[in-house]
Amino acid sequence: MADMIRATGLVKRYKNTTALAGLDLVVPEGTVLGLLGPNGAGKTTAVRILATLLQPDEGTAEVAGIDVLADPMGVRARIGLSGQYAAVDEHLTGFENLEMVGRLYGMSRQKASVRARDLLERFDLTDAADRPSKTYSGGMRRRLDLAGALVAEPPVLILDEPTTGLDPRSRQQMWTVIRELVSDGTTLLLTTQYLEEADLLADDIVVIDHGQAIARGTADELKSQTGGERIEVVVADVERLDDAARALTAVAHGEVQRDPARRSVTAAVEDDGAGRLMQVLQALRADGVELLDVGLRRPTLDDVFLTLTGRAAENDATGTPTEKEVSA
Amino acid sequence: MSTTRTSPLRVATDGWVVAKRNVIKIKRVPEILVFVLLSPIMFVLLFAYVFGGAIDPGAGLDYKEFLIGGIFAQTVVFGATFTGAGLAEDMQKGIIDRFRSLPMSRSAVLVGRTTSDIIYNVLSLAIMALTGLLVGWRAREGVLDTLAGFALLLLFAYAVSWVMGYIGLVVPSVEVINNASFLVIMPLTFVSNAFVPTEDFNSVLRPFVEWNPVSAVTQACRELFGNTSAAVPLPDAWSMQNPVLYTLFWIVGILIVFVPLSVRQYRIASSR
Repeated sequence: MADMIRATGLVKRYKNTTALAGLDLVVPEGTVLGLLGPNGAGKTTAVRILATLLQPDEGTAEVAGIDVLADPMGVRARIGLSGQYAAVDEHLTGFENLEMVGRLYGMSRQKASVRARDLLERFDLTDAADRPSKTYSGGMRRRLDLAGALVAEPPVLILDEPTTGLDPRSRQQMWTVIRELVSDGTTLLLTTQYLEEADLLADDIVVIDHGQAIARGTADELKSQTGGERIEVVVADVERLDDAARALTAVAHGEVQRDPARRSVTAAVEDDGAGRLMQVLQALRADGVELLDVGLRRPTLDDVFLTLTGRAAENDATGTPTEKEVSA
Repeated sequence: MSTTRTSPLRVATDGWVVAKRNVIKIKRVPEILVFVLLSPIMFVLLFAYVFGGAIDPGAGLDYKEFLIGGIFAQTVVFGATFTGAGLAEDMQKGIIDRFRSLPMSRSAVLVGRTTSDIIYNVLSLAIMALTGLLVGWRAREGVLDTLAGFALLLLFAYAVSWVMGYIGLVVPSVEVINNASFLVIMPLTFVSNAFVPTEDFNSVLRPFVEWNPVSAVTQACRELFGNTSAAVPLPDAWSMQNPVLYTLFWIVGILIVFVPLSVRQYRIASSR
């Protein structure tokens, strides 16, 4: 299998910030890579470089075997890009938008028109096809934008936060559409802030923060990297959070995470989750800490993310705490 | 900067596709068109009836005859603001990312915009000509000269479109382009012979008036439309003696400078 996207050592600096600090990405043909990171991590910068919208200060990138710097037109002919902000013209109808894109890919008027109608049908937009797209809902606009990325049936698809800002139902619809595309063999690079989304859609995940990859692997690999099961304790009185944390520290593998807002503490345990949970409960009862909820659960990508970016934040040269907490 | 060249044919077809999109917008947001067309009418009426009594172009020439050429010139210059505003707006919208990620000609967005703005100018010139006819203006030099006058106006407008397009790509927002262009256009059109005869300006401003391209377009129109009087002497400046040629120089000069400049700025602005 050939690599459809291959980026090595991408660096992009702006006046005061470094958006990318040496990012490597590889996406084999027919697979989905999820680029996961908080706002400002460098996801969009990476996408824009691969889509030839931006040039890296350092590093090289190839898409479908073509160098993005040497032959941007060649790359553009082989990719479909759908961005965070739906790239549709609001005054044009859905049909007009797609037909225009087809024409700009160099299709004949007739071919562009047929393709536009096909895509509108496929994305459940036939009824709205001849209405200006500004009358569309957010989800419809996103679908139209995605349809725009598919006009030329590109072998590589780049989706930048395709569901950010969508309501849960539209998000589900979008996921269904994306999964269909992937099952057709399209190579996909997907950026997201939603761990659930990466877990659901991506074969491989690269976690990125401060412009660098801080972890990579399958969702399962990342989860095991964060440790095994997790114990979560919610206390009735926030004053006792420290006591609960102390009880957890005794059994924890790695750091204990506190969330005063939810009055909860969480920690990963290496093995024998049930046994250690009992241990914690006994300690807390002996201490007289009243509990609202306790639980033992498999780690989610949220945990992975928090563990990883939490560590990154501590390594921050300036020592300033970064706002990387996941509020998903 | 990579310079992937596209064939002139591709520039033309892509430019046409983008122009078509802009024209659809004229249909969808007719309010814009209404205001574009109302302002020249307002200018014709204001100047003809408010200043008409106060300004004397001299030697029995009717002020309305004198005025229309100036209004034509002013309107097409104002109309060019549209190009700048349209581009500035596009740059803020996601659609520009779509354009940029397509294997289309790089200059198509600019070519399309300036081309579709010709349509605006044709419409506003038509409306103004009608308004002019209603208030008593007449073209007196025959069909060919009249058409030549309008063609010169459109060419000049096209060139100014590229200037405004450039400004539209440099400034950060649509609001700024409107104010910025106002600062350029008002002095350019008012310190010209468009509304007031050259000899009425003081000696400091007069050279500027004489060499101002807006004056040249205006003078060229007056001559081609036959709105001059033999009794009114022309200024001695070469620009006023040869207004058509002088205007053509400006058109070519502006295009030579601003087409590449705008294309370059488009690349810079859209890769932020």
